[in-house]
Amino acid sequence: MAVAEQHKTTTTGKYLIVYVCLLALAGIQFVIAYQNIDADQMFVRMLIVACVEALLAVLIFMHLWAESRGFVIFVAVFTIFVLLAMQYGWTDSFRMEHGGAPYSNYSK
Amino acid sequence: MSQANLTMHGPAAMVAGRPFSMPTKKLAMWLFIIADTMTFAACLVAYGFLRVGTPNWPRPFHSITNVAVMTFILLTSSLTMMFGVQSAESGDKAGAFRWTMITAALGIVFAMLHIREWMGLIDEGMTLFKNPWGTGLFGASFFSITGLHLTHVTCGVIALIAVGLRYKGGRYNSDDLEILGLYWHFVDLVWMFVVPLVYLLNLSR
Repeated sequence: MAVAEQHKTTTTGKYLIVYVCLLALAGIQFVIAYQNIDADQMFVRMLIVACVEALLAVLIFMHLWAESRGFVIFVAVFTIFVLLAMQYGWTDSFRMEHGGAPYSNYSK
Repeated sequence: MSQANLTMHGPAAMVAGRPFSMPTKKLAMWLFIIADTMTFAACLVAYGFLRVGTPNWPRPFHSITNVAVMTFILLTSSLTMMFGVQSAESGDKAGAFRWTMITAALGIVFAMLHIREWMGLIDEGMTLFKNPWGTGLFGASFFSITGLHLTHVTCGVIALIAVGLRYKGGRYNSDDLEILGLYWHFVDLVWMFVVPLVYLLNLSR
């Protein structure tokens, strides 16, 4: 019983630390928003912070770290592959910088 | 059929047949989360595509107070969900139910703040197809992404209440709460990407 109680206290402490880290990282995103840098740099910095937040949440809060190695690899490979495949569209969006995206001038 | 399959019977055979040695319901939830990740990622990439491809994208947000409070509430709800699952695993049924209901209450507060923010923007003249600040695409993309997230929060709150009550009644166990917790953390995780991309990059300067 004492062992179980000690384990519960340890995991509670771990969750609290992760929670504080997530709050701090979210705070960093808000600080970045007020920095005097161009939008591209701001976007990259915020995305990096968001990825760190997501990694913490997935590994600790969603217990992915405790799952079998095969499952972790499955989730990582599957997700990263599709997310990377979605990036094909960016080059086209840069091409449209002058003319605007389809329907960008549409207003009802 | 292999010798191992022939000699294995009962629960042992069932566990051996499970992919990744994981309960079926949990695996189903993970597969749903992976699929939903693709949905949100597609929406956010499409949003980024429109934003980069549209000159003079509107920056209508003057204050970050509301979105900061919403972020704080959602992150806190993830922590309370963890406590709920932890209580359930240690056999504290009353505690697990209490934490689950606290999580649901935080979800409701988040949804109310979200709707209040929408109302404020609608009062300023923003609709799906037009807004006073520029391209009409802004309203469409903003309401689509935040609306999809709000739908997930609303469904999560309903699920939290339903599963919490069934857990209290003895029909569900701690595994069910843990699986629901996965969904709730995912909703929280998505918000971490929505906030910078949709709100913080569109602060007025």
